Amino acid sequence: MVIFGVALLAICMLIGVFLGELLGLSIGIEANVGGIGLAMIILILLVDYLKKRDKLSQPAQEGLGFWSAMYIPIVIAMSANQNVAGALDGGPLAIMAGIAAVVISWMLVPLLSKGGSETAIDKTVEENTIIIGDEDYNARNIK
Amino acid sequence: MLETLSKVFSNNPLIVSFAVIGITMYVAYVLSDKLTKGRIHGSAIAIILGLLLAYIGGVLTGGEKGLADISIFAGIGLMGGGMLRDFAIVATSFGASFDEIKKAGKNGVAALFIGVILSFVVGVAIAYAFGYRDPISLTTIGAGTATYIVGPVTGAAIGASSEVITISIAAGLVKSILTMIGTPFIAKYIGLNNPRSAMVYGGLMGTTSGVAAGLAATDPKLVPYGAVTATFYTGLGVLLAPSVLYLMTKAIFG
Repeated sequence: MVIFGVALLAICMLIGVFLGELLGLSIGIEANVGGIGLAMIILILLVDYLKKRDKLSQPAQEGLGFWSAMYIPIVIAMSANQNVAGALDGGPLAIMAGIAAVVISWMLVPLLSKGGSETAIDKTVEENTIIIGDEDYNARNIK
Repeated sequence: MLETLSKVFSNNPLIVSFAVIGITMYVAYVLSDKLTKGRIHGSAIAIILGLLLAYIGGVLTGGEKGLADISIFAGIGLMGGGMLRDFAIVATSFGASFDEIKKAGKNGVAALFIGVILSFVVGVAIAYAFGYRDPISLTTIGAGTATYIVGPVTGAAIGASSEVITISIAAGLVKSILTMIGTPFIAKYIGLNNPRSAMVYGGLMGTTSGVAAGLAATDPKLVPYGAVTATFYTGLGVLLAPSVLYLMTKAIFG
């Protein structure tokens, strides 16, 4: 059933966020430390485990695939929620600091990602287009 | 008539947001196709449209939540809020490869530390150039340049003025927005086309919203790799900024 996939996703997120809170408490800061990242890793491992044993039905995968495909619309809703006016109101200091941090970070990306595996993405792309079957995803990755 | 329509809208906020975002994306994809022949990706245009709507919302209402501050569009706040955003980010990891994450793990962790410290130093330097000299203000603005969550948390912890905290939030917002818009354009120049560089990217930039949106408009397959590191950034920033980084700033400028 579709809900099994959605529930699996929900449970992974709750566990991850809970662990993130505990991690934050244990190092004495009031913040969630990587809860979502932990949730992602748990989900990846769990899906891998279930798939290998053929325990993840097609509808359950569709439940996961749906939310994965809703990601871009949600991100666009998120962008419509940003305090853009506030960012510009912060004045030249805030704008300069933001721009400088981004540009300098961009320049460091190639340095730190040496040894990258260019071919790896193609493999995951193929896998995902089969799972999600979204035309849009296909079109985007042809180049 | 108009009143009834507005009642229907405000009684079904999440449904309105599905329709609004769907229409926005349709317009964005048509623009991408017709005006740029697909060279600028539809999602990138949609994100820019979203930011424009947010700006209009902010100017009209004076609020902080962009378009969501206009009551009939309140659902946008729900759809684009933290809960559903995180849920969808976790969902993107469905199909990501754990081997890739393991392989790039070391680069990702290095990028996290370098990213937090680098943004902090840049923020401090620019604040200094604008005439700030006291270590508390310098630290707070530096922390805000890391992300707009680290700024106010740090500022509150070390006792910064509210004016400085506001600047620190704005610096983080500028970083986040620029990352959203700029990532698809810069991607090919910085080799952002594989899981490893995406993980490094997430660690260096750190703004989860910026990285998530920027990578979505570049190549959705990279999103989980960027997000998995970016989500650790704020925690690390909150840990380092009010402690080690503050003490270092104090030692240098105090």
